[in-house]
Amino acid sequence: MSALLMPILLVLFGLAFPLGWLQPPAHAHLLAVLSHPLTRLALFGLCLLSLFHWAHRFRHTLYDGLQIKHLNEVIAVTCYGGAIGGAVAAAYLLWQVP
Amino acid sequence: MTGQHQYTEYHPRWLRQPVSTYWWLQQRSYLAFILREASCLFVAWFVVYLLMLVRAVSESEMSYKQFLGWSASPIVLLLNLVSFFFIGLHAITFFQAAPRAMVVHVGRRRVPDRVVGAAHYLGLLAASGIVAWILLGA
Repeated sequence: MSALLMPILLVLFGLAFPLGWLQPPAHAHLLAVLSHPLTRLALFGLCLLSLFHWAHRFRHTLYDGLQIKHLNEVIAVTCYGGAIGGAVAAAYLLWQVP
Repeated sequence: MTGQHQYTEYHPRWLRQPVSTYWWLQQRSYLAFILREASCLFVAWFVVYLLMLVRAVSESEMSYKQFLGWSASPIVLLLNLVSFFFIGLHAITFFQAAPRAMVVHVGRRRVPDRVVGAAHYLGLLAASGIVAWILLGA
């Protein structure tokens, strides 16, 4: 999901709009897009899956990469707990869109 | 001789060579592997960035404009530029690995790996086109 959707979103909102390469969408248009249930669902899915992707990969990077094996439980709780917290925050923010 | 011999199991010590914390700097393939794994950090950053955008749009037009101004600051631009390279690396390495993980059969014939890989890239193009059309064109 993150490999399919993130590149274009990053190019648009991270580079093209801030640098002025493209005109950013009007607030009303963006709000209308965000308000749509399918958009909220897609964004929530993107956030949820991306956060768990981060949690899993980061945990194993610390474990295998930096050889921090003795903190395995702490790292697992922090990573997956962070992903769950982020997903809850994403659900709340997307629910709150007027 | 009488009596039975009692044998105890002998466990030799395992040979564990200590692995350096910087083992991933020893070869290019190791470094490439760790960079690919590190791309997850930038995926997480972009999720945070996206949620900040959602909050700004939800609040008001002024917040949205302030967010756009903040996103144009040099530090954020640099972070997003670096994120773009890492997210691109993540996508490309994922598409390279996908044919090895997805063994697709049509009937009794296996679909070639390059077809599975190409389908992923086409999916990326299609998803990008749809998102761009919704945000810019619709």
